[in-house]
Amino acid sequence: MADKDRFLMGCGAGFSGDRIDAPVSVVGCIARSGRPGAIMFETLAERTLALGQVARRDDPTKGYEPLLAELVGPVLPDCMRNGIPIIGNFGAANPPAAAALLRRLAREAGLPDIRIAVVLGDDIRETITLQDLEVWEGDTGLHGGTAAPTSTMVAANVYLGARQIADALLQGAQIVVTGRVADPALALGPLAAHFGWGWEDWDRLAAGTLVGHLLECGSQVTGGYYADPGYKDVPRPEAIGFPIAEVSADGSFVMTKAPGTGGLVSVRTVTEQVLYEMHDPAAYLTPDVTLDVTGIKLEEIGPDRVRVTGVRGWPLPPSLKATVSFPGDWLGEAEISYAGPNAMARARLAADVIGRRIDMRRLPVRRRLDLIGALSVFDSDQGSLALETAGELAEVRMRLAVSGAERLPVEQSLQEVLALLCCGPAGGGGMRSRVQNRIRTVSYLVPRNMVSPSVEFCA
Amino acid sequence: MSAATVPLHEIAHGRAGDKGNRLNVSVIAYSAELWPLILAQVTEDRVHDLFRHRGATRVVRYVLPNLRALNLVIDEVLEGGVNSSLNLDVHGKTNSFRVLGMPVEVPDALLPRLAAMRRG
Repeated sequence: MADKDRFLMGCGAGFSGDRIDAPVSVVGCIARSGRPGAIMFETLAERTLALGQVARRDDPTKGYEPLLAELVGPVLPDCMRNGIPIIGNFGAANPPAAAALLRRLAREAGLPDIRIAVVLGDDIRETITLQDLEVWEGDTGLHGGTAAPTSTMVAANVYLGARQIADALLQGAQIVVTGRVADPALALGPLAAHFGWGWEDWDRLAAGTLVGHLLECGSQVTGGYYADPGYKDVPRPEAIGFPIAEVSADGSFVMTKAPGTGGLVSVRTVTEQVLYEMHDPAAYLTPDVTLDVTGIKLEEIGPDRVRVTGVRGWPLPPSLKATVSFPGDWLGEAEISYAGPNAMARARLAADVIGRRIDMRRLPVRRRLDLIGALSVFDSDQGSLALETAGELAEVRMRLAVSGAERLPVEQSLQEVLALLCCGPAGGGGMRSRVQNRIRTVSYLVPRNMVSPSVEFCA
Repeated sequence: MSAATVPLHEIAHGRAGDKGNRLNVSVIAYSAELWPLILAQVTEDRVHDLFRHRGATRVVRYVLPNLRALNLVIDEVLEGGVNSSLNLDVHGKTNSFRVLGMPVEVPDALLPRLAAMRRG
């Protein structure tokens, strides 16, 4: 297939909080190529949407991606002038408000007439009753993951597919704002619209889904989250180029990035990202298709160019997945450092004292104590692993984490770490603490006939 | 043929991701020669042993010869995941390197070439 027939699908953000200068090289590369293309922004983690609902409740003009203007603003004019549609789930809990902001940014950039579409229908909080739905066990025993009253829901959003995104683009949208959609749909939508793939053309839909799966975490396929010095080195990790997939009509594609950027694209970076957050590699479920990567072939065909072929697809699953959020527990964390001679023994004594103080005060919290620098993230809450510290550590940081249904006992527990500054072992310093109200999520399966997605163009 | 014991990290790379209370870790051979060693030694039981202390109930190993990779899916290992975990790493993302710390046996004849294999 001739180069000019390829569609360039780029990614400008892989999560809320990603590098805000990342989209520039992607848009520049697509624009200079002279080929058709689009750019996606994925900024919506599982809990982000519930935080958006809370923000929207406090202010009806909020609830979308807080960094939207910083992320999209700098590339908006170039995208519009070069015919590069922008697709993003940055609408979060309030896609119409995100669209209004983008409209304002476009006007300020001298582009008064762009067509912005909003995908609606993912927010099912007002239309469903939890008793009618089946809890999805695919998350396996998220603690407290059982049914709760519908009235306590903070957010309930179903993962929509790519069809509404494709419809919006076919109707001339230059920007498509969504709330919750399956992340890969942000790429599959523009690809299906461009190539005219049928919605039962499973192999093509699966290929577009794999493109989206590889792009959805941004630089994680181009050298981000990859460097392991001396083992897997990454050139210029401070300037990693975000990914661009050159997709052919048959669904085969080349994963690459803009010339002159840092990072790398290799069979190794692509393999790590193919399997990222994947369970059964023969059946990765999405709203549009069941993706099968067990027969894919990866080939390095040039510097920072990996060709992907052999993607298979199977019919779509009967139900959609929804994430429902509820108010969760209070999580408190506090840390304090010990350094120099006998640091380890002093940190251990500090942890021991904290445990005794919480017991003495009978604070109703679940707790965990870590010795950061010696043993923390690999251990259980009970501290079942043996400390393997052969010699003295230069520095150790004692950490307390507590969880409770009420805020007060959590704060009282953290206050015990503060009290170590006077009452604890010698030489403790650098105490920091924070309390947060967590959001608890439960996944449900929603019959497709209970969901009515739609596309609206903004006036 | 004599063999040396080295961390899996010498012959494989990988990445961890979470979905709820379930963790997946990929283990990818640095070269075709190393793939049979990984296939033979990185078993469901041995991986389970690395996570029993955190309450893991099951490990399923998916084999992808086309990618010279294993996908290890570990159930109930994240103390409830982002809903309720007290672990500093609520998503469990550091655990790729717990798996890569597993000791494996590598034939002596391959040892001098491991660094070259990693460079690819």
